Amino acid sequence: MIDVQQITKRYGQHTAIDRVTFSVAKGEVLAFLGPNGAGKTTTMRILTGFMPASEGTARVAGFDCADQALEVKRRIGYLPETPPVYQELTVDEYLQFVGRLRGLTGSALSSAMARKVERLGLGPVLHRVIGNLSRGYRQRVGLAQALLHDPPVLILDEPTVGLDPKQIIEIRELIKSLAGSHSVILSTHILPEATAVCQRVVIISGGRIVAEDTPDQLSARLRHSEKIALTLKRAPAEAETRMRQVPGVQHVYANGPTGSFMVECNLGQDIREEVARLAVTNNWGLVELKSISMTLEDVFLQLTRHEEGVSQDTVSANESTAATAAGNAESAI
Amino acid sequence: MTPVHAIVAKELRSYFVSPVVYVVGAVFLLIVGLLAYLYIVFTGAQAIQLMQVQGQAQINLNDLVFRNLFSSIRFVLLITLPILTMRLFAEEKKLRTFEFLMTSPISLNEIVAGKFMSVFLVFLGMLGLTGLIPLTLSLFSDFEWYPVLTGYLGLTLLGALFLSVGLLASALTENQIVAAFVSFGLLLLLWLLAGLGSLLGDTTAGQVISYLSFMEHYDHLVRGLIDTKDLAYFCSALVLMLFLAHRVVDSDRWK
Repeated sequence: MIDVQQITKRYGQHTAIDRVTFSVAKGEVLAFLGPNGAGKTTTMRILTGFMPASEGTARVAGFDCADQALEVKRRIGYLPETPPVYQELTVDEYLQFVGRLRGLTGSALSSAMARKVERLGLGPVLHRVIGNLSRGYRQRVGLAQALLHDPPVLILDEPTVGLDPKQIIEIRELIKSLAGSHSVILSTHILPEATAVCQRVVIISGGRIVAEDTPDQLSARLRHSEKIALTLKRAPAEAETRMRQVPGVQHVYANGPTGSFMVECNLGQDIREEVARLAVTNNWGLVELKSISMTLEDVFLQLTRHEEGVSQDTVSANESTAATAAGNAESAI
Repeated sequence: MTPVHAIVAKELRSYFVSPVVYVVGAVFLLIVGLLAYLYIVFTGAQAIQLMQVQGQAQINLNDLVFRNLFSSIRFVLLITLPILTMRLFAEEKKLRTFEFLMTSPISLNEIVAGKFMSVFLVFLGMLGLTGLIPLTLSLFSDFEWYPVLTGYLGLTLLGALFLSVGLLASALTENQIVAAFVSFGLLLLLWLLAGLGSLLGDTTAGQVISYLSFMEHYDHLVRGLIDTKDLAYFCSALVLMLFLAHRVVDSDRWK
């Protein structure tokens, strides 16, 4: 549905995004993850036909975002970072205006409005002036605007910023419910959001894509060793040495005198069973044992901190960055 | 309802829910009404003087009231119209709705046309209300309607030109005060070109510069002369300003 090939955007000397390539299938939800100023908004503006890329091509539903911008705009619902609302209009006046700009008239317009008002819970504020609404309601009005004409492609720039936790969950549920029927790109710098709602994550930093995968695989790929944490109630002094003798174990770290340990082994090996048996047969009082996976947060921090390893080819770039990132992670431990 | 209609309807709504139109309209009508009153009273005083001296008086209302009034309204328009146009694009940029508008499936032509038409309608409404002055006057006196009507045509064209300059100024910035000042500046410049032109006299340069100013074209219409040269001036100036506004808005996307 969305196909971006090697797009670059320069503002004078400054390169905002550099050879960004990715695609989004029909019905897929993709998170665009990156620190502020990474180029998320620039990429979205190019996709929405707001501005052209300096190089490369971006296509939405088969239409070129620069040359066939009007066709692209018809198929996109866009929520910019600041909800684009006219403060002096009431919610229904605003939605009517939006609908008419997109060619909806008469009963098609009123039924589209009624559905979005219902879906986003805007009923109580329908006749109120937008300028007097809370941030949360304005954001929802902005979302209603993006969804109004049921576009096949939705581009949401930080859709949950400024909302309270309950509203954030509601909006995430809404976005999840859009998957399947809509292709969604959502940008965020909040990591749990990406894991919560998206099937795929693109991490962008300094204008380049540094990783692209599912949230699970992204963390898996960055792990170069498996780690397990275990807590023993009655750990003898030799527990650390004994565990180190289990085949496959690389390191054992004692985390203070509380009896909690971190055991590291080679990637792809599962030593949980052996370690558990060892602890149980020796009656060490095993109370906890779990494998530690890297959170997306760790991945994100590692990837965005080390951009220099990125090469031109995106695939190898991902891997090489992943490798350097992981390497650095190891030396940090 | 086409997108242009939608924009016109929305802009009119925005104008009339904000106090700007009421304040600008009230000030405009007050000053124009006051000017008309002064010219009429002044003319009346002249008539009384003539009666005393000559025993009879032939007063030409067209010359003494309407031509003076039409000349003065120019200046009132120069001050009031930039206040109406300053928000058109500047506000959209400031409140971040510009991006929304530009990513809507409508062409930039439609946006510029819709915005211009909305403010033009507001202006026509204001100008229409001043029509009460000649209507009231016609109840009590005789004057020729033809030059009054051409004067109104002149005012309409002049207003359209001022509004298009204001629209261009508004496209240049996201600050409404700056937009208003830029359009004051541009309009005064266009005004003063007439002075420069007459200073240079009957030379080619003088004629060209005089032609560029709206002054002589407007004066012809106020005097009751409809010349295609003047109509062409207003139309081409209007189209040029709207085109420049279009280019400026379009170039904003590249920044």
